[in-house]
Parts: sequence; structure tokens; C-alpha cells
Amino acid sequence: MFVLKLLLKNAFRHRLRTLLTMVGLIVAVCAFGLLRTIIDAWYAGAEGTSSTRLVTRNAISLTFVLPLNYADRVRRVEGVTGVSWSNWFGGVYITERNFFPQFAVEPASYLALYPEYILPEAEKKAFLLDRQGAVVGRKLANQYGWKVGDQIPLRGTIFPGTWTFTLRGIWDGVDARTDEAQMLFHWKLLSENLRARGGQNADHVGVYIVGIDEPNNAPLISQRIDAQFKNSLAETLTETEKAFQLGFVSMSEAILVAVNAVSYVIIVIIMAVMANTMMMTARERLAEYATLKALGFPPAFVVKLLFGESLVIALGGGILGMLLTLPLAAAFAKAVGTLFPVFVVSDTTMLLQLAASVTVGAIAAAWPAWKMSRIDIVNGLRHVG
Amino acid sequence: MSVTGDGGAGQTLIRIRNLSKAYVRGEQFIPVLQGLDLDVRRAEFVALMGPSGSGKSTLLNLVAGIDKPSGGSIIVGGVDIATLSEGALADWRAAHVGFIFQFYNLMPVLTAFENVELPLLLTTLSRRERKAHVAAALDMVRLTDRVDHYPNELSGGQQQRVAIARALVTDPTLIVADEPTGDLDRVTGGEVLDLLDDLHRQLGKTIVMVTHDPKAAGRAERMVHLEKGVLVPDPAPGAV
Repeated sequence: MFVLKLLLKNAFRHRLRTLLTMVGLIVAVCAFGLLRTIIDAWYAGAEGTSSTRLVTRNAISLTFVLPLNYADRVRRVEGVTGVSWSNWFGGVYITERNFFPQFAVEPASYLALYPEYILPEAEKKAFLLDRQGAVVGRKLANQYGWKVGDQIPLRGTIFPGTWTFTLRGIWDGVDARTDEAQMLFHWKLLSENLRARGGQNADHVGVYIVGIDEPNNAPLISQRIDAQFKNSLAETLTETEKAFQLGFVSMSEAILVAVNAVSYVIIVIIMAVMANTMMMTARERLAEYATLKALGFPPAFVVKLLFGESLVIALGGGILGMLLTLPLAAAFAKAVGTLFPVFVVSDTTMLLQLAASVTVGAIAAAWPAWKMSRIDIVNGLRHVG
Repeated sequence: MSVTGDGGAGQTLIRIRNLSKAYVRGEQFIPVLQGLDLDVRRAEFVALMGPSGSGKSTLLNLVAGIDKPSGGSIIVGGVDIATLSEGALADWRAAHVGFIFQFYNLMPVLTAFENVELPLLLTTLSRRERKAHVAAALDMVRLTDRVDHYPNELSGGQQQRVAIARALVTDPTLIVADEPTGDLDRVTGGEVLDLLDDLHRQLGKTIVMVTHDPKAAGRAERMVHLEKGVLVPDPAPGAV
């Protein structure tokens, strides 16, 4: 108790210095948390995937389509429980800044494969019945203030013209990892439009989404599907939904590596600042530590005092930084809109922040504690702080 | 040169024989104490005097166990402290030595009470017992009305009295004082010396004090003079 009291009093002896160090820690821990959350957000698509879903695409590239008649053949493959398909639409809502993903999907089978999209039954029914209808995630609806029944005009970039949809439903994600920033509409609408314009690619799809019976069977089923179309004009590449999403993430891997490195560099910088503070503190108290040793306190007592003080400051700043990360992340998510469909500070990030704070406190105290535990009493007593 | 007490072996608390201390600075060998013999009797009040650089503070540090000799023996209460390990020496200091420093060396973040309590944390005393001991020590130095004051709220004399209370709270065998009045005015210094005198006379404490001040030294029972690391005979009584 006495030791705790002593180290707490020591920690706040120079209030301004301690306060500034804590502010540094708050900023560093907060920045660390936000950067980690950005990285998590990048991987959110992959993290939110299901292990019982596969994605089948053209083996050449994602930009090449697949014939619609593959659906029946895929459905017949052993282990497949459902098949749906989608096309990337790439429309613009008012201006290019309002980016969000839109997919033309086969609605009934698609929603059956995505049970994590919680859509009220009445809205689902309305969507299925309306060829012009669309559904969106809650986050997207909130961002643009859409309500069921609203008209949503999109300017096609891949598929020219203005496409106007009637919002028939808004889904909520089953958990925070579920993407709520997409728009889905009827694939048939797109197909009919293409057919009316000349028919090119009217009966083709971007990717097939394949439901499977067992996650463990994914490699085998993938092989079976791809074997079906071997040596055809459109060979397929089937992979798990997670691998498919990670393929997108890997395109920006260099950026992610840089963000990751910066997040740790911030911690190393604050560690150096904190170590400097602790060294300065220890040097000022040289005579006090010498006095304690003269009175008979062992070197371990001095080590305890310095480590304790350093941890009090580091944890104080760290915990405040962690708490501040939550509202800041919420504000950041609001500011960037649907750029990051899922932007949530994870438990892992908070644990990393806590671990970073403890590490900063411990490492910052290590050198001064070692030095002070070894000070020569006589020389220390001569020191005038 | 030797200055040994005239009492029997049972009365001698400190027995120093052939003590030497030297520092090495780079390639330089600097002898500070050379072949020194000294006895201090139990309950004796000894003043160590000498010019700057004579080795008196070094001698005090060696006797207090905060420095190690280059050669010779320092037997305090039957224990040759020159042979003790760092850890054993720390335990020995905690149990047997009370320190009074020129600049008080109090912990600025602790109150007078807490500063006095500090050495008792190394004992097995309960909190209640510690409290009683601290109260008694502060009463002895007449500071019962300043228990909750921090060092910066006390005058120099009061701070030194807190330091004296801290030195005596563990009831040590030996009290060492390094220029205890060096930072105080004449009147306050006199009060501190009165206290040391009381500790010696009323409680029978053995005190070894380093001082420049002949008047302070005059309060001691015996003066020991050092010059260039060796003991010199006491000057004639009229010389002080």
C-alpha cells in the first residue's frame, strides 16, 4: 500500500510533464487503434465471409463472364446445396464520390445463401415481386437517408443509361461484421436490358455463389466444379468466399503493410519519448534512490518504484487512448461513409492497445530501473536534484 | 597512526584496523585513507574533523556501510562489515544504522510522518506498531504538530529534525551524521546539536558525526582529526 502510494505520488510529482507524456500516449494509442481498425476494415469483407460458400469465376479473370447455363451443372455437383449468381454493376449515385457496391443478383437464391442479411419478410416479398426493386443494407440507407419506397437513380458506367430502382427493403446485418453497405437488385432486369440492346452478355453472369454442405468439403467441391468446365470456352476457378475476398485485399497489400508498419512505428516513437521521460525522472531522483538504498532498501525496491511509476503513466494514457478510440472510430466511420462497410474497433485491437501501453511502460522503465538499481550510494548522495 | 578507545573489548562498538580506501580514476590511483586504526566505544559521541579532502566523509561512509574499503577491517558490533555482501550490508544498515545527512535527504512526496515511517517498512512491525514508533520519534524531536507537513512546508531545521526522527525510529545501534548542521543557521544548528546531544545522553546512542564546525565538534565527547587520510593526534584543549 505504502509503495503504491509512493509511486502514485511520484508519478504525478511533475504534473505538467506527466500530463504531456500521457497526452502523447493517448494520441499514440488512439492512432494505433485507428490504424489497426482501418486494417481490420480492409479485411472485413474476408472476415465476414461464410465457410459454406464458394465463389466460381472465370479462370482467366474476374472481368470475364460465365454463361448462365453453368448454374444447372454446378447445382448438380455433389456437395452443392445452392447456387446463385451476381454481376458487378458499378453505377454512380448522383456523383462519383458516392461510391457503394451494387450487384445484380438472382434474388431468391442469393438471399437464401446470405442468411446474415436480416430482411423483414414483407420487404423481402416485395423485393422478389418487383423487377425494378432493390434492397440495401442499413448503413447505406442511413448514409443517404433512404426509406422503403424511395426511388434510387443510378447512372450506369459499365451498363450505360440511367437506372432507377425502387427501394423495397433494408437489411440489418446479423452482427457487426456483416456488410450493410451494398445494394442488390434483380439480375433479370440487367439481363433484359442487355438483351434489348443487342444481346451481348445478356445470358452471362459475373460470378456464381455456391452453397456447400460442409466447409471441409470446400477443396473437393471446388475441384469438382472446375472439372466440369475443363477445356470449355469459359473455364472456371472456384475458391472459398474468403479466398475470393482476400484476392481483392491482396491488390492493396502494399498499402496495408505500410499502414501496419506506421501503426507500430507510432508505438516505438512514444516508447522512446516515454523512456526519455523516465530517464529524466530517474536522474532527477538519484539522491532519493541513493537515500533509499542507504536506509537499507534493496535495489529491487527502486526497480519496483520506477516500473510502477512508468506503468501508472503508460496505463493511464493507454486506457484513456483506448476509450477515446471508440468515439473517434465512430466519427471516422461516419466521415468515410460506405468506403469501409464495416468499421468497428475490435476486441483484439483494444487488447493490442492495452498490450502496447504495458509494453511502452515496461520498456521505458527498463533502462532507468537497471541504472538506478546499480547506483553507487555515495555518488548518488552527492547528487543535488 | 591509530586512535583507539581506552575501554575493554566489550565496550567497543566500532573497531577499525589497518583501514585503507583508494579510488582509481582512469590510470590514476588516489589514496584517501591509509592504514587507519580507530575504536569507538558504545554510547560514545565522536566528531570526525579535518580539512576538505582529508577523508572524513569517506571514513563515515565506510563505518555506515555505504562504501567498501580497499583493505583492512571494520568491525561494528562484532560484525566485520567489510566482508558482507551488498544484500547483507543493506540488511545490516537497515537494522543497525541511522543516517543524518547535511541536506536532510527526505522524500519530497512524503509527509514528515511517512518519511519517518520509511525505514520501518523494512521491519516486521505491524502498521499500528509502526505508527506508535513514528509518533514517539516525532515527539522526541518535538515535531508532533508537523506530522502531515511535506518537506517543502518545513524549515531547514524542522526538516533536519524529521531526518533525525527517521534516523532513530528503528532504534539503531549507530547513528552517523554527515555535516548535520552544514545547511543550517547557527541557532537552528544549535538546536539540532542539542537533539543529537539528547540522543547520546538520554538514549545512550553511539553517534559518529562529520563536521567542519569546531563548535559543533565541541559538542561531541571526543574529536578525531584526519589529515590526508591519516589520523592525527587531538589538538590541545585550548586549540578548539
